[in-house]
Amino acid sequence: MFIMRLSSSVFALLCLMCEVLCIALFLRGFFPVPVKSSVSSKSKVSDLPPEPLTGSGTNASESPGPVFRRVVILLVDALREDFVFGSDGLRFMPYTRQVVERGSSHSFIAKARAPTVTMPRIKALTTGSIPGFIDVVMNLNSPALLEDNLIWQAKNAGKRIIFYGDDTWVRLFPKHFMEQDGTTSFFVSDYTEVDNNVTRHLDDTLKRDDWDILILHYLGLDHIGHISGPHSSLIGPKLTEMDDIVKKIHAALISKESEGTLPNLLVLCGDHGMTETGSHGGSSDPEINTPLVLISPAFRRKGGFEVPGVLEQVDLAPTLALGQGLPISKNSVGRLIPAVFEDLSLRDRLRFLQLNGHQLSCLLEDNNPSFHKEDGYELFRVAEKSHGSWMKLYMDGNTSEVLGNMGKKVLKQYLEALKAMSSALSKQLGKYDMYSMIMGMILVLILLLLAMPEALSREAAVDIPLAASLFSLPFYLLCLLGSALHVLICTSAGGLCYLCSLPWVLVFTLIILSSALMCALVTMAARRMPTSTKTPTKGSGWTLSELDVVLLVGTVGHTLSLSSSSFIEEEHQTWFFLLNTLCLAVFQDVCRKYFREQEEGGEEESFSSFSPAVELGMSAGSEKWLALATPLLTLTCCRLLRSLNHTGVQWAHLPDFGHWLNSADHKMFLSLLAALSLALIFLLIQRHCSLVSKIALSLGLLGVYSYRAAVGNVLFPWQHSSRAVSKLEVERWDGEFLTGERREESAMTRPRRADAAFSGSQRRLNLLFAEASAEVTEKNYRCLEGVSFCQSGGTVEARFVYVFVLGILFTGVKDLLRAQLTSSGGDGGRLKSRGLWEVYSGVVLLVALLFRAHNLPTLACCLLIQTVMAQFIWKRLHYDAAQTTIMHYWFGQAFFYFQGNSNNIGTVDISVGFVGLESYVEAPAVILTALSTYAGPLLWAFHLLCYLTSQRHRAVMGLGHGSYCFALLRSIPAVFYVVLVTGLRYHLFIWSVFSPKLLYEAMHTLITTAVCLCFTFMDQDRSGRL
Amino acid sequence: MWDVEIRGMASAHAIVASSIFLATVIPAVFLENFSVYGSHMVWLYSVAGSVAVVNIAVFWLLGISPPTKKNTLSFKINRLFRSCLYFLLSCLFYHTVVVLYGAPLLETALDTFSLAVLLSTFTTLRCLCILGPNIQAWIRVFSRDGALSVWDTSLQITTGCSLVGAWLGAFPIPLDWDRPWQVWPVSCTLGATAGFLTGLLVAPVWIHWHRKLLTYKLK
Ligand SMILES: [Zn+2]
Ligand SMILES: [Zn+2]
Repeated sequence: MFIMRLSSSVFALLCLMCEVLCIALFLRGFFPVPVKSSVSSKSKVSDLPPEPLTGSGTNASESPGPVFRRVVILLVDALREDFVFGSDGLRFMPYTRQVVERGSSHSFIAKARAPTVTMPRIKALTTGSIPGFIDVVMNLNSPALLEDNLIWQAKNAGKRIIFYGDDTWVRLFPKHFMEQDGTTSFFVSDYTEVDNNVTRHLDDTLKRDDWDILILHYLGLDHIGHISGPHSSLIGPKLTEMDDIVKKIHAALISKESEGTLPNLLVLCGDHGMTETGSHGGSSDPEINTPLVLISPAFRRKGGFEVPGVLEQVDLAPTLALGQGLPISKNSVGRLIPAVFEDLSLRDRLRFLQLNGHQLSCLLEDNNPSFHKEDGYELFRVAEKSHGSWMKLYMDGNTSEVLGNMGKKVLKQYLEALKAMSSALSKQLGKYDMYSMIMGMILVLILLLLAMPEALSREAAVDIPLAASLFSLPFYLLCLLGSALHVLICTSAGGLCYLCSLPWVLVFTLIILSSALMCALVTMAARRMPTSTKTPTKGSGWTLSELDVVLLVGTVGHTLSLSSSSFIEEEHQTWFFLLNTLCLAVFQDVCRKYFREQEEGGEEESFSSFSPAVELGMSAGSEKWLALATPLLTLTCCRLLRSLNHTGVQWAHLPDFGHWLNSADHKMFLSLLAALSLALIFLLIQRHCSLVSKIALSLGLLGVYSYRAAVGNVLFPWQHSSRAVSKLEVERWDGEFLTGERREESAMTRPRRADAAFSGSQRRLNLLFAEASAEVTEKNYRCLEGVSFCQSGGTVEARFVYVFVLGILFTGVKDLLRAQLTSSGGDGGRLKSRGLWEVYSGVVLLVALLFRAHNLPTLACCLLIQTVMAQFIWKRLHYDAAQTTIMHYWFGQAFFYFQGNSNNIGTVDISVGFVGLESYVEAPAVILTALSTYAGPLLWAFHLLCYLTSQRHRAVMGLGHGSYCFALLRSIPAVFYVVLVTGLRYHLFIWSVFSPKLLYEAMHTLITTAVCLCFTFMDQDRSGRL
Repeated sequence: MWDVEIRGMASAHAIVASSIFLATVIPAVFLENFSVYGSHMVWLYSVAGSVAVVNIAVFWLLGISPPTKKNTLSFKINRLFRSCLYFLLSCLFYHTVVVLYGAPLLETALDTFSLAVLLSTFTTLRCLCILGPNIQAWIRVFSRDGALSVWDTSLQITTGCSLVGAWLGAFPIPLDWDRPWQVWPVSCTLGATAGFLTGLLVAPVWIHWHRKLLTYKLK
């Protein structure tokens, strides 16, 4: 009696929704939550703990004074450890080496963490925290650093900061600097001008006395690395140049030194290193090992070259903070460098260690519910206590050796505590929430395995036996087991899990729901079992055609290929390869159909008719030739599109047609191509629309062209090219300068992807950061090479197009609603079909607006292939819903890559989010970006919907079954991938290759769910009418 | 009758297979620094040539080629000419298909064409030997249930295996192992050769195994 009857598409949708939730749970467990107290709160001097004193003194909580007067931070981008400490340093940096070996300095190897990209490294250097992978993704659009950081603290304390160098700093710390001059890192091939822009201020600044902190960020070395690698002949002169700058600053600082004032400090460091090919982003040794040289008269002179000690890059932040008498920033996980404070009095050293320890213990308390159990925390409490008793002795005026020895013991205790707490915090960063991960994985796996039999059966409706499962013993047992497990895990694991932090009521509801789901699915699967064993006996003559074999092997093969990092990086190759094979299989099918049929008719003449006369003659013959030409046309289109955008890692650097088109010299071709594509799009899409929509569509497409012209991508016929060239393209970061850079890169050996995290498109990612924030904050005043960016940027034109998109969508939806209201019959069906097509053309228009000008042919080809395939292949060859669905899915995947996407976060084109908007608005920007990124799969899915709806005279089941297949096609790789990632969570490339792909998979599943919702909606009102 | 045919085919296949091995070994004796990867083109053409020669010789001797109605010299020359033309066309066809699969259009055109020649040798040449330059017969053989003799079946199997081998051979290319055989088109030619050898081996075994099921219409 309690049997829920659902149509199969609704069931598929429900399964997919559960799957999305499970994957979300998995993601929550997989990506470690960044260690943070809170985003915006900052440490205050008043929060500092009092110096442990038995009696409460008057100025007990006063911050200790600064140790250094002035600090100069000389940050050389991509300065590798061996550029200073290795043979290169010996040859090219004689002065620095001399200071390192004999001067009053300390030198260390500071280990940077992946991703070794400039922006996260600057964040690490200034905040002392380790930005995680998810941080990098999440902060794509927030330019200013809101976290507590050294620069803010310094500014807040009234220090005057001067900055020259990479303008990433300027965006991270707006209004923080007294004086600033940011240089852009856009022109990678430029390695002299970027540095001269910094150095030209140096003499003047060093003479002055009105600053406390000077930050210099030199980019030239990094650019040389990208152009020609770490062994090029350009490296030597650049290092010598840096050496001269060290010398100059050091000399200036020494000359300023006078009795009675505090000493100055010069810090020479790198943000990250570079690989043997000059790229960076990953976590190989040459990328993470950077030199850190601290030079100050406060330090003891060295006797000779010592092997530099190893420490974390984040250790610099608390050291500098304490050295300047500032509070340590809240989220810092670094610990101070003891050597720097070696020559201070024991009391001050203990005090500094206590402050650092206190800050770490606060961070630990905020992030780890079971912080009491941490070794470091206990050690710190013990050390604080002995610090107290030491203070008591000290205040009593005891100066004996006992005091000294005791102090050293306390010092040691503090250092141990710091080490333990810091490592506990860092470990938490790399820790997976296994409970959430495994629960998500198991649920998603069971869902797929149990729902699969339903998918393979072709019934229109699914019965869910609610009663049978709700009143069964296994259900209660499962509930009990789940609760027991939950309690057990949460009490033993120390509450680091996301699920444990949820309220109990919610968790138990979840357990009950999932148990019910499991029971229902098991019952259904069990019911399906006997029938499924029966069917093969009945249909033993059922054979697979070649096409079925291709589809099956392709689906399985692609899923399995995800287990290799290379195949993930080059996934587009897999899809292009499979699509080609598919087209050939279809071609063979077409040949068989037409030639076999003829052979049965007349034996001999089948091959005498190679003449084109037949084509012009009767329609049957011409149809045959058109059908034969269709797969060939598709193959040709795919081959051409393939050379439009090169993606992936191994061959991405090869010059592709898209870059050729985007270069300024070929603007004419691009304009022509874009115009032709838009015309083709109009021709292909207008057939199904009403007159009003046709007009709106044509105006909209004209609007797209004028938008591109306004942005400066294409030319109007009456426009002279020289004017447009001078305009700055919105897509600068993918423009010609990048082509130039890429070409230069390709001149070297091909970039080894082996251990470079974001290697291939790392520069792209760098630029992406730059671009994202540039658009937001500086859109209105940024000037690059004297070219003003202050232009309308085609906002008006884009809005014009948006109006038409909305208009067409509105007409389409109106038709759909009317079709629903009118009673069943041919009219309603036609109306509905037209409504769908109108919605489809609205989406196409929107995508045409969002696509780059050079990608418009992709869209045109997509529509062309859809039209001819629907006309001559899918209808004529009577492929069933499942086969059609799989083909659509494959085409969708291939077009995802044709438009230039890859499995790397760096290729997401976020400039799309600004089309038609004057400033960054979160919601539309995210939606537009997602829409343009997944345009290929979405368009094919919509086409499938339109196609299956228009085929209503055939199997009524088509739509529901198609939706089911679609859901299944997405679930299989997604679930396999989730299981795989769980297994590979300690793989070397987990953060560089597998994690971005995981995000892509999750996003794709989400989008598929949305598409299935549309399917269900269309299917629903049909079944309602029937 | 059956067993004789199968045995004959097995020995013919063995001869062809051994010719591939010889084509790999003999140049290594006579040529300096010959290696399958290093001087790949030499190896490729040596294999293609030897397979072609051995195939033609074997089928000539066995007399498998279809009986011809006319036996005049001009007809024979015509036949020979058409065979050459078909072979060339098939090379061009394979070349096009490989380019469609994503091989560079210009840079490695010669390598791609060599692969096409090798594939044509493994597939088209055998068709020409067994069926003659008669496309209709080809279509019959390669459509479902179209085999009329043991040789037709063997042709189906070897052709399929060679093509699948070449297809599978493309898979290691995106891997980043940096092995010499990952260079285009080495893995594909190796795959095709391996597939062809497998086909030669499998064909007699498969026919022997399924000889009860195979009921050829007698000509
Ligand atoms: Zn950098
Ligand atoms: Zn760089």
